[in-house]
Amino acid sequence: MIIEFGHFALVLALIVAVYQTVVPLYGAANGNVALMRGAAPASYLQLFLLAIAFAALTKAYVTSDFSVHNVWANSHSAKPLIYKISGVWGNHEGSMLLWVLILAAFGAAVGLFGGNLPPGLKARVLAVQGSISVAFLLFLVTVSNPFARTFPPPIEGKGLNPILQDPALAIHPPLLYAGYVGLSVAFSFAIAALIEGRVDAAWARWVRPWTLAAWMFLTLGIAMGSWWAYYELGWGGWWFWDPVENASFMPWLVSAALLHSAIVVEKRNALKVWTILLAILAFSLSLIGTFLVRSGVLTSVHAFAVDPERGVFILAILSVFIGGSLALYAWRAPVLQATGVFAPVSREGALVVNNLLLATSAAAVFIGTLYPLALEAVTGEKISVGPPYFNFTFGILVLPLLLLVPLGPMLSWKRAELWPAARRLWFAAVVALLCGVLALALQYRGPVMAPFGIALGAWLIAGSLNELGERVRLFRAPLATSWQRLKGLPGQSVGMTLAHLGVGVMVVGIVAITAWRQEVVTSLQPDETLQVADTRITFLGETPFTGPNYTATVGRFKLERPGREPVILTSDKRVFLPSRQPTTEVGILPTWRGDIYVAMGDKDINGARIVRAYFNPLVTLIWIGSVIMFIGGIFSLADRRHRVGAPKRSKSVQPQPAE
Amino acid sequence: MALTRKQKRTGLILSGLLLLGIAAALVLTALRDTIVFFYTPSEVVEKSIEPGTRFRLGGLVAEGSFEKQSGATVQFSVTDTDKVLKVTYTGTLPDLFREGQGVVTEGVLGKDGLFMADTVLAKHDENYMPKEVADALKKKGVWNEGKATQQ
Repeated sequence: MIIEFGHFALVLALIVAVYQTVVPLYGAANGNVALMRGAAPASYLQLFLLAIAFAALTKAYVTSDFSVHNVWANSHSAKPLIYKISGVWGNHEGSMLLWVLILAAFGAAVGLFGGNLPPGLKARVLAVQGSISVAFLLFLVTVSNPFARTFPPPIEGKGLNPILQDPALAIHPPLLYAGYVGLSVAFSFAIAALIEGRVDAAWARWVRPWTLAAWMFLTLGIAMGSWWAYYELGWGGWWFWDPVENASFMPWLVSAALLHSAIVVEKRNALKVWTILLAILAFSLSLIGTFLVRSGVLTSVHAFAVDPERGVFILAILSVFIGGSLALYAWRAPVLQATGVFAPVSREGALVVNNLLLATSAAAVFIGTLYPLALEAVTGEKISVGPPYFNFTFGILVLPLLLLVPLGPMLSWKRAELWPAARRLWFAAVVALLCGVLALALQYRGPVMAPFGIALGAWLIAGSLNELGERVRLFRAPLATSWQRLKGLPGQSVGMTLAHLGVGVMVVGIVAITAWRQEVVTSLQPDETLQVADTRITFLGETPFTGPNYTATVGRFKLERPGREPVILTSDKRVFLPSRQPTTEVGILPTWRGDIYVAMGDKDINGARIVRAYFNPLVTLIWIGSVIMFIGGIFSLADRRHRVGAPKRSKSVQPQPAE
Repeated sequence: MALTRKQKRTGLILSGLLLLGIAAALVLTALRDTIVFFYTPSEVVEKSIEPGTRFRLGGLVAEGSFEKQSGATVQFSVTDTDKVLKVTYTGTLPDLFREGQGVVTEGVLGKDGLFMADTVLAKHDENYMPKEVADALKKKGVWNEGKATQQ
């Protein structure tokens, strides 16, 4: 009964979304304020209905109602509760329902916090949000119904893919979707601006927090996915340039570019046309990402939905939204007038370079991801484009970007001098040089480029701190004054410092694990040992173990490091019910120098266990860097000037309401 | 040297195009040097692939062909039910590696006709088959459609 109720709510949400699209748009075109005002309540109602639908499906999962086909296909009564819940979005239909739920949540948030948006703009933004909802709800209702029943109801479900039964992967999709879908708001603002033919500083101030929030979610979601791959897939890699990873990485790159270009629109009233294009592209790439992941067109370790009917439907949605928005862009963009003028060497110029490099690297990833698909469609020949392509092209494009990051904030707006700005970075340069030399001295083997990489990371970290020091006039004013200035710094500039610093931390981690990782693969009988880095690993033997929905063989390993207490680490081979699908759980010992990573494999011909052990130096910095970037985003979001809904379009200064 | 707005915009566009050109050149070179083709055992024979060529080999792990050798080295055959190619690989196999299941391996064809794989691709569940393998097997008419579309 509740299931039918949920299904009914889903259909009602579709009708509300149609209303939310058509009526406010008509009202805005005719200046009818009453019709325009209908948009916000419609967005709340849509969210409410979708929340009911989502709750109904969640209840079916929690109570293991196998009369629902979706629950039967993806759940099992013996699963722990958390994976019953995460099972809701661990499958095609449920994840699309989560997608529209988050979409509706963003729409309602615009309705709620957009109190001082001009009525016309607000109505149009919500209408565009509504139109995206219409497309995806239509998709759910017609070809991807999560509420379909089976009769007679089966007694037991088929279980969730065990590899998805993991805490990090339980929250990875919601985070990633919040990022993907959050970009829809920037898209809607861009479309609304094109319809209105007006982009100004206030528009940029409205768009930035939404883009920032989406970018933060993407950052965290991607980092979490990468962390999961690192500890779950058992070969210690953290990034594979897998098409599904690329699908989330491309919107991340473009939204990062959008964040930077929106600053130029806001501060200098320039780059409007480009910013609109980026907003369109960022969400288009989100849609493409959804298509790639959800249509099963990819040869990918992640792709677990195979159904051409759905693929074609999503492709149709893609063509309408991407084609339509780009056509509107081509038609309306010339209307937008740029007023800000700037010299090539200026803050704006630096941000343009940032944008060109980010956009170009996104394009390189795009080509590498889609070229095999295009080639196969045209010639039938099958190829794969692997990490060497991405490492080469992306690496070359991103290197100058990273080198320039500390310089950008040192340049003044409109016109700047290169040399004085560069000279203020002497501290960062010295630190980078020292770190590079140190890395060179400590490195006894490894690629010659590695010390340069470490120097680059240090340059980014020290450069961010250097900029912060300049801002608070550290050592040039009394410390107390500097402290006062630091406390008074706008959240946005603290956010920038942290975000750039996070990139630097991440670069150090990436360079370290790429250059200095050590791997040992060998067969061990109980009590035999292997040596990786300075750690002696002894295989103590294996014991059986029974979990809630799996049986396991637990391998125990003793790790001995010079001058430290031995540590016991376990690595399991699990076999899940009911699919009898095996997985490997690795054992990881984090140390300040890096992770010791042990994965137990199969038995070899003599009955000895094949054991894979790694020393992954500083690998944790990759995720720590991501978290620092996220925290930077929080600071920037908390900035009074960017508080959602705070900006006013009118020139007069109005008192801000206390909160 | 006051540039007009138009000149500046032209400069901006030109530098953008220059960057795009460099990127395009990069992408094309990288693609030419790094793409890896996918073949089934039959295609390896039909196209008479030269030894020393790097490619991806896909098909089913032939029943009864899996053989453990010294250390972590294993040997198995990949088949598309028509032709068979022997593969040798050192390292841990993916959890779902089994005889009779689809597999994609990447490596180099040796002079003796033995395929020396350095990568055996993971599959995430027993019914999921690498798309290349499924397509190749469909072409051969030995593919069971019902099994593949279930999750």
